[in-house]
Amino acid sequence: MTTEELKSVKIAKTVDARGTACPGPLLEAKKAIGTVKSGDIMEVLSADEGTKVDIPKWCAKQGHEYLGTIEESGFFRIFLKKQ
Amino acid sequence: MLICSSNLTEVFAFSFYYFTMQEDKGSELSLLQGQIDELKKKISRLENSRKDQLSIAIVSGDMDRILAAMIISLAAAAMDTQVKLFFSFWALSALRDRKKKAKGKNFISKMFGIMLPKGNNNLKLSKMNMAGMGPVMMKYLMKKQNVLSLEQMFKEAGKLGIEITICEMSMNLMGFRREEMIAYPHLRYAGAGTFVAEANESSIQFFI
Repeated sequence: MTTEELKSVKIAKTVDARGTACPGPLLEAKKAIGTVKSGDIMEVLSADEGTKVDIPKWCAKQGHEYLGTIEESGFFRIFLKKQ
Repeated sequence: MLICSSNLTEVFAFSFYYFTMQEDKGSELSLLQGQIDELKKKISRLENSRKDQLSIAIVSGDMDRILAAMIISLAAAAMDTQVKLFFSFWALSALRDRKKKAKGKNFISKMFGIMLPKGNNNLKLSKMNMAGMGPVMMKYLMKKQNVLSLEQMFKEAGKLGIEITICEMSMNLMGFRREEMIAYPHLRYAGAGTFVAEANESSIQFFI
């Protein structure tokens, strides 16, 4: 998805993992994905550069659809759709 | 009459041909079925020997190495990979409870107890330890960078169902008692055979 599409997308849940370093955001994402319905879009906020690369891999393994990342000042917004 | 008989022989020849073909097809099919069954068996054997499981033998008691083992384990657990940790030798220091004490030890066991770090908060660094300054600095930096402390990591690991196996032989060797180890939800005691058997099923094996 392009940045414009991501910005207008309907988010079911936002996980703020900016307070933790690797592998904190992954753990937060794992905890939160259980509370989201299948087909809904979840957003992970992370200040950790590594998470931007890790989340797509996590999605690929868990079967979720990675939608894209928006870079904000000092953190990343990572979007994914639950399978 | 002649025509009729020739027709009859033709019919016989054709039916003979037809049935043998059918028979051939039948035997081919059963051959294929046999091969498929064999492949299925092989696949199930392969699947069982390559579980989505991570096995780590942790021998080092250095803070940096235990940190690496725990971070990798937590990341694996976050990816729903089953994690099995085998703590042996110097790594036992990380599982000691600072507040717990064991009585009735002999002299050598007591000396081991005194000289080895007591718990995951007192471990040394493998490099730049600088008589304890290194770990203090490292913990300060970790806190500043929002990295979980080892204590928090063990807590998270417990919640995520990461299994810890303590090497029974190392316990005896260094004179540690079960009552002085941390209270961890998925803790058990076993020998090297258990590690080998479980590592054999795992698709990822590490030695730290």
